[in-house]
Parts: sequence; C-alpha cells; structure tokens
Amino acid sequence: MPEERHPKHADQHAKPHRTTPAADETAAEVAVDTAGGAMSPSAVPASAQSGQLPGGPDTLVRKIFTGSGVVSVLAVLLALVLGGLLIAATDQRVSATAGYLFARPTDFLSAVWDAATRSYVALFQGSVFNPRGASLAVRFAPLMDTLTIATPLITAGLGVALAFRAGLFNIGAQGQIIIAGILAAWVGFALHLPLVLHLLLVLVAGIVGGALWGGLVGLLKARTGAHEVILTIMFNYIALYFLRYLLNTPAFQRPGESNPISPILDPTAIYPQIFGSQYRLHLGFVLAIAATILVWWLLNRSTVGFEFRAVGANPKAALTAGINVSRSTILVMAIAGALAGMSGVAQVAGTEKVLTDGVAATYGFDAITVALLGRSTPWGTFAAGLLFGAFRAGAVQMQIQTGTPIDIVLVVQSLIVLFIAAPPLVRAVFGLNPRRKKPAKAGKTPQAATTGGAA
Amino acid sequence: MSATATSPLPGGGMPGTVPEAEAAQATSGKPVLWKTPVLLSVLGIVAFIFFGLMGSAQTARFGISTSEDFFQLPALEIPAMAGGIALSILMLGLAAYAVYLKTKSRPVAAWLTITFTVLFVAAFLLWVVGGARTPSISLAGLIAGSVTLAVPLVFGSLSGVLCERVGVVNIAIEGQLLGGAFTAAIVASITQNPFVGLLAAAVAGAAVSMVLAVFSIRYLVNQIIVGVVLNVLVSGVTGFLFSTVMQADKATFNSPPGLDIVEIPILSGIPILGPILFKQSVVGYLMYVAVIVVWVGLFKTKWGLRVRAVGEHPQAADTMGIKVNATRFWNVTLGGAIAGIGGSFFTLVAIDSFTKEISGGRGFIALAALIFGRWNPIGAFFAALLFGFADNLQSIVTIIGTPVPSQFMAMLPYLVTVLAVAGLVGRSRPPAASGIPYVKG
Repeated sequence: MPEERHPKHADQHAKPHRTTPAADETAAEVAVDTAGGAMSPSAVPASAQSGQLPGGPDTLVRKIFTGSGVVSVLAVLLALVLGGLLIAATDQRVSATAGYLFARPTDFLSAVWDAATRSYVALFQGSVFNPRGASLAVRFAPLMDTLTIATPLITAGLGVALAFRAGLFNIGAQGQIIIAGILAAWVGFALHLPLVLHLLLVLVAGIVGGALWGGLVGLLKARTGAHEVILTIMFNYIALYFLRYLLNTPAFQRPGESNPISPILDPTAIYPQIFGSQYRLHLGFVLAIAATILVWWLLNRSTVGFEFRAVGANPKAALTAGINVSRSTILVMAIAGALAGMSGVAQVAGTEKVLTDGVAATYGFDAITVALLGRSTPWGTFAAGLLFGAFRAGAVQMQIQTGTPIDIVLVVQSLIVLFIAAPPLVRAVFGLNPRRKKPAKAGKTPQAATTGGAA
Repeated sequence: MSATATSPLPGGGMPGTVPEAEAAQATSGKPVLWKTPVLLSVLGIVAFIFFGLMGSAQTARFGISTSEDFFQLPALEIPAMAGGIALSILMLGLAAYAVYLKTKSRPVAAWLTITFTVLFVAAFLLWVVGGARTPSISLAGLIAGSVTLAVPLVFGSLSGVLCERVGVVNIAIEGQLLGGAFTAAIVASITQNPFVGLLAAAVAGAAVSMVLAVFSIRYLVNQIIVGVVLNVLVSGVTGFLFSTVMQADKATFNSPPGLDIVEIPILSGIPILGPILFKQSVVGYLMYVAVIVVWVGLFKTKWGLRVRAVGEHPQAADTMGIKVNATRFWNVTLGGAIAGIGGSFFTLVAIDSFTKEISGGRGFIALAALIFGRWNPIGAFFAALLFGFADNLQSIVTIIGTPVPSQFMAMLPYLVTVLAVAGLVGRSRPPAASGIPYVKG
C-alpha cells in the first residue's frame, strides 16, 4: 500500500543538535505524523503502515537491512533471545554451573544454550511438526492445532487492525468476543434448527453481537467524544461480568450443573472439521481466510475503506473533504466488532463447543499484539495470527516437555510488539541505524570524505 | 547522491502550528448542557421507583459502633421502603433544582452532583440491605473494608494522575501494580523485612514506568501501545518467575512477612472514622500522605505548575524554559514508584504471598477512578473509595443474600466510568496534551 509521505521534507526538521540519529529520525517522522504535535498521533505510526523507511537515499544493501520487514524479523529474533535468557536464568543446571563459572565457563555457556534451545525446540515441535509422531497424520497434528488456535486470533486481530487504520484503538476485542459468544452459543443450544440454517444463524448471531458491542463504543465516541480506549476497556469488564451473571441463570446454565457452564451446542450448530475428526481444525479457519480477503478488499479497494483510512490519517482533513467522520467511527467499530464476533463464534461453535466464562481466554488482548505485529495490514495480521497461534499451541507442549511455564509466550509476544513499535531501538541493537548525514562529521573522518564522493 | 542527503536544509516551518486545545476540542465534542439535569432526573425517577416504591417492607439495620470503640452508638434502623422514598424525593428535589438552574442558564454546581451521588448510594444501600435475607450489616465494617480495598486503587490512580497531568497516558498502571506486588513479595521474603520489600516495590513500579517513559518519550512510540504491551509483559514475566522461582522454593521466595496494622491509641476508637483513619497498615497511612502530597504538589507548588503546563501546552512550557521531556520522564517514573507501593499492598498487607495476576484488573479500575475523579488527586481518591465500596459491597451482598446479582455489583465501577467519560456526569476533560508526544522544534 503505497502511502505518500515526504521523507525529504521530514529531514528538514532533523536538526543537527545533540540528539542521536535514531531519535532525530523518529522525531522527524512523528513531526510529520502529528503536524508537529498539534494533532494526536495516528494509532499506528506511519512507518509501521508502509514499508518505507524515512531518510534520504541510502545504499541498496543498507536499505534492505533497515527496511521494516527486516526490522520485524530482527524484533522477533531479539525477543526470542531475551526470552531464552529468561528461561536460562531460571534453569537449574545453569545456576549450578554458574557456581564454577570462572573455572569452566564452557559448562555454563552450554547450559544456557541447552536450556533456551530445549524450550524453543519443544515449542516448535508443539506447534509445527512433531518428528516423534507415529504416523504422518500425528506428526502434523501440532500444525493443525496451531491453525485452530490462530483462527480466533486472526479474526479478532483483523478487527483491531481495521480500527487502527481508522485511527481508533480497539482494546475491546475481548468484550466483543464475549458478547458474540453469548449470542452464538444461545442460538446454538437453545434453538433447534435444520443443519445448514442453524450454523448460519449461529454465525450471524455472533457477528451481530460483536458488531453491536463494538458499534456501541463507536456511537458513544462519535456522539460524546469519549475516548475509545477507556470505553472499550470498561466494556470488556461489563461484558465479562454479564457473561458470568448469565452463566448462573437457568437460561444459560447447563441443567444439573453447579459450575458456570452452558449446555453443549447442538451438532447442527457446530463448525464442521476440515480434515476429519482427527484434527480440531474447523471451518472457522476458512472463514478467517475469507475475512482477511474481505478486509483487504474493504481497506484497499472500497470507498468505505478509503474513508476509514482518510479518517485515520487525519480526521480534520477528512471532515473538510466531506467525509462523515462520525459515521465512519461508528461503522468501523461495528465492523471491528463483527470481526471479533467471528472469533467468538469460532470459540463456541468450533473449538470449545460450550460457553464458559473463559470463552474469550486472552484472545482479545492477544489480538492487539497480533494487529501491531501485522502492522495493521490484513495479510500481516494473518501471518502474525499464525505466529502467535503457533506460540500458544507450542507453549502447552513446551510446558509438558521442559517445564518452561506458558507465561514465557506472553513475555516473547510483548517484547516483539515493543521492539516492532520502536524500529530505531532494534536497528541500534543490531547496529543498523542509517548513517548520520552530517557534512561536519564527514570532515572528521578522512575515509568517509573520500568514499562519500563529495564532489 | 550523498550531497542531497547530507545537508540539513535550513528553515522550513513546522507543517502545522495548530494549538493542542483545538485538536482536543475537535475530538471531545461540544458540551451538551442539558445532560446533567436530565440524567439526574432520570436517576431520581429510577431511584423513586426501584429503591422507593419497589423497596422491601423490611427494616434495614446498620450497625455503627464496633465493640472496640470507646463509646457506643445505637445501630441505625430504617424501614427500607419509607427510607428509599424519602431519599429519592430528596434526589428528585436536587434534580428539579438542577433543571431550574439550567433554565436560568447557570451551571450545575459540583456540590449538587456530589450530594446527589451520596444520596443515590445511600438509597441503593438501603434497598440492597432491606431486600436481603438478613437485613443487617455493619456500616463500620463496610466502610472500613471499602477503604482497605481502595488502597491499591488510590495509589494506582495517583500514578495515573501524575502521568496524565504531564502528558503521558498511563495504561500500564496494572503492570506497575503487579510488578510492585511481585517484587515486594520476593524481596521481603529474601530479606525478611517488609519495609525493604515496600521500597523494592516502589523501585519495581518505577522500573516499569521507565520503560513506558523511554519508549514513549525517547522512541515516540504510541503511549497506549506501550501501556497495553507493558501490562502483558509484566504479567508474563511475573507469571514466569512465579512458576519457576517462587513455586520451587516457597519458603525462601514467597513467604513475605506482612506489614502489621498500626493502631493509634484512643483515636482509633472513634466510631466509623477511627478504623479508616487511625487503624491502617503503613501502606494505608502512606496512601493518605500520598494523596495530600500529590495534590499540594500539583496545585500549590512551582513544580506542579510546571508539570501541568507541560501536560496542557508543552510548546508554551518549552518556550518558558521548562525541559518538557525531562519533566515527563521523571514524573512518569515517580508515578510508577507510587503505583509500585500500591502493588505492595497485595502481598504485604492483604494476602501473605504472591499469586499470578494478583492485581486482577485493579489497574484498570484505578484508571477509571482517575477519569471519574477528573484527573485530580482528591477526586481520584474519592472515586477510588467509591469503587472500593462497590467492590466490598459485592462480597457482602453475596453473604447476606440480596436480590441484586453480585456480578452486577462488580460491573458497577465500569458502568459508572462509561457514564463519566461519555460526559453524562459533568464533563471530563483530560489534560490537553495527554497522549501526544512532544517533538522539540
């Protein structure tokens, strides 16, 4: 998506005073993004939206290595290394060998390496391919698990990403999943309808539920100016407590059950399994792919999507251009809610088949990191959803095999997003920051002066 | 090729010099003047119908004195229905006065909404207790419990106030509380000294805040992104270390000595007020100190003026020679330290060990309290008390058995906050530059 920006213009403000090149670069970028701080910044930095790097022309090789795609890869790498260090720091053998670190440092280092790689190998085997499986089907079972777990991440992530592009922070995927789950589950177990119709109604109920819950936030924001971050956080809790209440009422609680759990959904209301009953993977994944295509079309090919992006880039300019900003806000939140609603349906009609108060797990919050990692593009979000789905699926296996707690996934996940959000930091760590473009500096080092080709 | 890129061109004005205030106006919308009178009237009618006419015929009994008080007051006994009707008529009177003020184009005074809120809470309490199986609760216990539950909320919202007043949105309160709770537990366990633990909690909170500050000020990453991600990061790191370190050796790493309740003789015997003011842990006393210090600091000192200037109009502040980003950095760090102390409450006072996610979303309630308290330390304090009250009432309600499901009680703080940010309860306006990074130039 070629977004027009003006790197040269930005450079004009990068004054050569005491700040570092990295800070200068981001400062210039933000100055453009926010009209010099006069406007609140877009939810997603412009650098994260396009693949270009600000700054003047540089060597091709350097461009490749400092591009945002590489930064993403490096961010993942850096996060994995830090996660590995955390695993190693709490490992028994590492602390034992640390006792005689200076006598035999190789023992210590190999223990560190072992601890970290063992966990990551288990993570991989639990998420992609298990070489110890008896048959080919079993060997690929982890991959199927990954795709199953990725399904709600992708759709909810798309919702968050779409809102990002319209300049809105949708922290509310959690609540939207819950409300969608409630409606979809109710249609699934309370109504008894014929085969295709039932599932279709479940899907519609979930999507409508999510859209209403999200659209309500959009409406409140458009009408009253309340900040959507606060609204969505509060709506998450309201939805959760509402679900907990419902699960204690006769309408939702399974008869003869004292735990807060709903009846199992009718077989007619369940997503069919794609590759047979041996894998958990269900139709929801296909729908997630469809949703990704739909969002891509919406954002890049439709008028509505153009309006969303225009509002996200600059609401005042959009208003001046005759775009109905209020309508866009409500609509984008409703669509975001609908996408999160698909996750809710995937949970109750696909993976879990019942409604509990853990229906949304942490998918709603993970969706935010998924959207950020995916740089708010539909296919980026899709890929990020697969990656985080793999982390989730593999973590379970990792905990069983190596005893490394699942929480390490949260650490790695959040570190990835943190690093991706700050490309200058990642480039600084790997020494890839764009060269300082200062003639004064060039004078100091004769080599640079000669190779620079000043004339 | 390099020639074009190397010379930093002079001049070139900033692409926009629109003051923040205008941008904020564009997003916050126009004040709707009829909102407050209409809302008060609606709430008054709701109270009249539900708490009054549909109130229970029982008599609600509120115990005021506890046996430890140095003089005893008789318990309050109020017939639920009559009391509800009386209170809601008072509320309707206030609402009518608000409507009258509106017709005279005069603003609704703050005391009016506050009195209304108090009356509404009282009527609600009367209705809840009156409809219970055993219509009797100890008012002293209820209020004391509310204050206890509010302690981490108050610290959290003070952290939020300090950050937002200087122009940095702090969504990471939850992470700061959790980090403080974890560090307090582990350090206090190792040193066997709760005060060292308390100090360490402040350091941990500050550390979380510093990450927020570095990423949002130095790297200009969107503050909300950093906040959200930091919560996940802290939750992951503490959860990981809890499973690996603390679980492995509970005695060494997860058995912090608690902070004792320090009772001030005689004064603590005053009914109702005694237990909440003079029978607290060190953290509890620190809470009162912190509220007063932050309030005085922000509104009565030169430092506070600078902080607020940076939060409202950083360019103006910069012109006056205030170091905007340095001020932001240290304020955010200080806020984190305060939230960290609040976090220590979980492991040093409330429970005697750390568990995963011990803060349980209270950081977000603190965020709500800060907004409901309109970015003012005193306001945030009372909002936190109100939310603590709702929290406490929720657990009491389940014990005495009332018509209201406890889940709805738990929902209350969030609903109230939605009403508050939607501008239905007065107007809540954040500091103008909150959330906007400052780029010198």
